[in-house]
Amino acid sequence: MGVLRMQQGLAGQGIRPAAMPHTLAEVFPAAPADASATAFMLSRLPKTNAPILWVQDRLSRKEAGYPSLAGIGLQHPIIMVDLSRASDVLWAMEDGLRCRALAAVVGEVWGDPPALDFTATKRLAMRAEAADVSCWLIRRAASPDLSAARDRWRIASLPSATHPHDAQAPGDPRWALDLFRSRRSKPGQWVATYERAADRLHLAAATGDRAVDKGDGAARQRAAG
Amino acid sequence: MERQGNAPPDDIPVVLAREGHHGPVIHAANRKARMDGVNPGARVVDMRAICPELQVEYADPAGDRAVLDRLVLWARRFCPWTVRDGDDGIILDTTGSDHLWGGEAAMLVEIETQLALLGLSARLAVAPTWGAAWALARFGPVRSICKEDEAFFKLGPLPVAGLRLNADTVLLLRRLGLKTIGAVMDVPRLSLTRRFVKAGLEANPLMRLDQALGKLAEPVASVEARPPIRATARLAEPIFDPSPHLPELCEDLCEQLKVAGLGCRALHLVVYRTDGDVAEVTVRTSAPTRDPAHLHSLFRDKLERINPGFGFDLITLAAGGVEEVEERQTRLDGDSDDDLHLSRLIDRLSAKFGPRSVTHPVLHQSHVPERAEGALAALAKAPADQTEVTKERPLRLLDHPEEVRVLYAVPEGPPAQFIWRRQTCRVARYAGPERIAPEWWKDRPGTRLRDYFKVEDASGRRLWLYREGVLGDGRGAEPRWFVHGFFG
Repeated sequence: MGVLRMQQGLAGQGIRPAAMPHTLAEVFPAAPADASATAFMLSRLPKTNAPILWVQDRLSRKEAGYPSLAGIGLQHPIIMVDLSRASDVLWAMEDGLRCRALAAVVGEVWGDPPALDFTATKRLAMRAEAADVSCWLIRRAASPDLSAARDRWRIASLPSATHPHDAQAPGDPRWALDLFRSRRSKPGQWVATYERAADRLHLAAATGDRAVDKGDGAARQRAAG
Repeated sequence: MERQGNAPPDDIPVVLAREGHHGPVIHAANRKARMDGVNPGARVVDMRAICPELQVEYADPAGDRAVLDRLVLWARRFCPWTVRDGDDGIILDTTGSDHLWGGEAAMLVEIETQLALLGLSARLAVAPTWGAAWALARFGPVRSICKEDEAFFKLGPLPVAGLRLNADTVLLLRRLGLKTIGAVMDVPRLSLTRRFVKAGLEANPLMRLDQALGKLAEPVASVEARPPIRATARLAEPIFDPSPHLPELCEDLCEQLKVAGLGCRALHLVVYRTDGDVAEVTVRTSAPTRDPAHLHSLFRDKLERINPGFGFDLITLAAGGVEEVEERQTRLDGDSDDDLHLSRLIDRLSAKFGPRSVTHPVLHQSHVPERAEGALAALAKAPADQTEVTKERPLRLLDHPEEVRVLYAVPEGPPAQFIWRRQTCRVARYAGPERIAPEWWKDRPGTRLRDYFKVEDASGRRLWLYREGVLGDGRGAEPRWFVHGFFG
């Protein structure tokens, strides 16, 4: 039951691609040196051979590294744009969203630059919806202030699943996903396990200190709707 | 000495000096100095003795050459093939261009007028060969014009120095009693051949004579090949901003390209300034194109870099990297052409941020992680032979691996605790090692091997950690540990 509702919550981002148009999503990684946000974003790309436009500013590249083709694979060719200023990153992303041939436009912005305000995110979101290209804004060391992003995620790494053959080694990666604001579905928290061999994402409701059904129960849904 | 404004009066002898073997020597002299008996090549102290009121300035041969190189480009307004000739001349291949200026005599007057407006005096001549033009411009009458079959008669009375020979050979010919080119012509070919059989071109009067008379080929090799397709805007008044004329030029150029069935990969916008300077802006495209709107958009923000000086009165837009392009039919279902849009996007980004910041990563065949990946310019074509890496590799790599401080080393495997970016990481699980040996055919001797570990700390962060070298491999001290990348 819980898994089914979560999949409905994530609809339109790969599980049922036709349900909702592609749009702007903002991701806040928990730490700069944490590639879980990149991995989650890559797992949600459409399964085509279209290229990705990847725009980075200088600090993001220095602190979090550059996307490595050996790790990402050759399915999507990458057009890499290395820039120094956040305003240039936003310009390049907006220009890229004029091109429908792309699988996604990914921008990495460090901190809270003044250029990245509500207007800028709104422009990006409207461009992305007009071109039907998904746009991901990865913001490191940033505060989640006012933004027009349709989905806003907080993503952190969790200790990975057990390795099937080696108890000492890390297995399939696990991430803590927190969709803390969404315009088109219900916010929620999940623990995702990414099965690399099958390229499949398994979601389970976040358990922890809270009860599983506290934010996920059917009673609340009835009350709301 | 500055070219404009404070030119010395004509009645003062002025010379330019350069350093010689025994003190400064005369490089060039003005008319008054030459009339006073100062001749170039002599020592300045000797000439001071002859002419006590001599004013001496130091010459700037490198600056003169640079100015002459710019003037070579400036002279392209008269004909397409121009080249610098030595340190003091320009050769223009005006074949087929003179009628545009109303004949050769009118063209010479026009060139001299334009040069005079720049504050330069010039001696001009038109001749069928390079050598004849050289001799007539320096030793012939003012603005002399030599027809196809007149070279023999016109060159005859000129001194032998007009044969472009070095000073020793000129002296030798003078000692032999051959003072004019005509006298050299009268000497039987056989005797001249025998006397100068081993001499090079600079010291061989016979070969120089053949060049001047057109018996020996001497083509004008222009500085750069002329772009075959270009659009020109001649303006009545000098302007400072070329942008109002650019759409029209782009359309004109694309029309020419379309007629020829071609597309261009580069556009050179050249403005000819009224002060004789030339400024150029170049944009490049990733695929050959002839779409005027797209080409025009590439010049956005680029035109501000042109320094207009006192304005410019001639704008040319030339197509470079011309390739054949077949006419493409747009798809019937109304969908857009993906490849076209992608190449245009790359063009726009490269034009705005420079081609170096827009790259296309490709895989190379190497086990060393930083060599396994290279960046091509996105404008270039990607190689087809890329093989996917089968080992698990991190999603993100650092440009420069960052060293960690080991707190708690373990004999086998990665350190149990280490400090990286001022934070203590406690290793919970790890996989590895994967040993990557240095490439001896590329690396310097003494490069150490690397043992890579995939390490997961208590919070779940997965790092790619490596140890550089092994203890006791004889290549340095204690092995050091580095963070190289991050797994998803």
